[in-house]
Amino acid sequence: MSEGKSGRVVVVTSGKGGVGKTTSTASLGAALAHLGEKVVVIDFDVGLRNLDLVLGAERRVVFDLINVINGVAKLPQALIKDKRLEHLFLLPASQTRDKDALTEEGVAKVIAELRTKFDWIVCDSPAGIERGATLAMRHADSAIIVTNPEVSSVRDSDRIIGLLDSKTEKAERGECVDKHLLITRYHPWRAARGEMLSIDDVLEILSIPLIGIIPESEEVLRASNVGSPVTLNAPLSAPAKAYFDATKRLKGEQIPMHIPSESRGLFNKLFGRKAA
Amino acid sequence: MSSLICPRQSLTFRARSYMAFVFTPQPPIADWLKDVDATLERSKGFFAGHPVALDLSAAGLTPPEIVQLTADLAERGIRVLGIEGIEPHDAIAALPPVLRSGRGAQEHGVEEREIPEPVSAAPSPPPAPQKQEPASLLIDSPVRSGQSVVYIEGDVTVLGSVGSGAEIIAGGSIHIYGTLRGLAMAGASGNSRARIFCHRFEGELLAIGPHYKTADEIEASLRRGPAQAWLDGNTLKITAMN
Repeated sequence: MSEGKSGRVVVVTSGKGGVGKTTSTASLGAALAHLGEKVVVIDFDVGLRNLDLVLGAERRVVFDLINVINGVAKLPQALIKDKRLEHLFLLPASQTRDKDALTEEGVAKVIAELRTKFDWIVCDSPAGIERGATLAMRHADSAIIVTNPEVSSVRDSDRIIGLLDSKTEKAERGECVDKHLLITRYHPWRAARGEMLSIDDVLEILSIPLIGIIPESEEVLRASNVGSPVTLNAPLSAPAKAYFDATKRLKGEQIPMHIPSESRGLFNKLFGRKAA
Repeated sequence: MSSLICPRQSLTFRARSYMAFVFTPQPPIADWLKDVDATLERSKGFFAGHPVALDLSAAGLTPPEIVQLTADLAERGIRVLGIEGIEPHDAIAALPPVLRSGRGAQEHGVEEREIPEPVSAAPSPPPAPQKQEPASLLIDSPVRSGQSVVYIEGDVTVLGSVGSGAEIIAGGSIHIYGTLRGLAMAGASGNSRARIFCHRFEGELLAIGPHYKTADEIEASLRRGPAQAWLDGNTLKITAMN
């Protein structure tokens, strides 16, 4: 491993569960690695780990984040290298412990060490606003707030943004964590029929810059089930393209935003007519 | 005490004043408790976490009855911080402490006491001009869900929006230039002339002093437009601002 890097720490967070944090962490991590960046994704969901499954690494976990924090294992022993992408690594969570096993000093030490070895450290936050979530965001330089276009998810995201502005190291130094909104599970036809919040509504409520809109797609579910992020499993699918665009925006590239629309023409016409 | 081994620094005390809701139970207490229940029914947890004091001057209760009343309130999630308006000899140990120096919060910020100058005193230097602190708080970022802004000293102005589940509590008026989706309580220190203005109203609760309305009680036609709330006597009025 090449030393001397100064990696960027990104937390993927949402407050609410089930909105797509883990899927997005895996997809963005794989996309970054595919673009040649050296990436580690960390599962902070101690006790309910999932990231290993989504990345298809569940049968290769020996040591985990808690082992490293407790000094049972060294960091390189716990890092799992992806079989498909040579620049992608996973630091899994412990399934047998709970979030109390995470210590502030331990997390700080692990993050500091990872910064010297990777370009990107992507932290998959657990749901909620308790210890696991606050420690996942603690050292973040940037945050990706994953939100579904519905009221409960949006309000929870609003709460999380408040915490990012007060509980992170950057906030305590008087700086500001870069915040990016990633809207996931977007149904174009439901939006057209007014059954979900529109992109404009969500942006108006949260007032942070948009980094991507991921359409709801069976490809995402299929990819998770075979243990491969959608950006690897179906790189030409609409959600994978949206994740790749978001990844490039995260790297600072200017990519025009594409709002997903219904491509199934007949369906669209039928629903469109109904709504009118 | 001589038995202390190492000399300690002398204890320092600081006085600090807090805002508390004051309840004034009226007999019969059972009916009054029903009113409390009705209020709690409409807004669950409204008093949770807020200090509450009891003014018992109108209640005429014996110490055991007061103990019962505080227990009844505790059952409803209201913890009594202190009591006023009882005779000193009624203040038994089982009761919360007796408060004496309470004053209506509207007097806050205006120091009315003056030290009378002795007539024959030597001419003293003229008093330094009183520093006028502008009693307002400006917030130039959105107030996010779960955040609470409490500014009893005066007005609060928010340039962004106030999220659902956020709260602004001001002693004076509240001005919101974004959308109000959360809770706004103006005149929290008793100023009945305080008002709430918002550029776009989608709020959960509006209150001025002790008078409040939840979103359900507010006319639907006012939502999504600019609105202001003020007190007309004991009624909270809300109108569109166009």
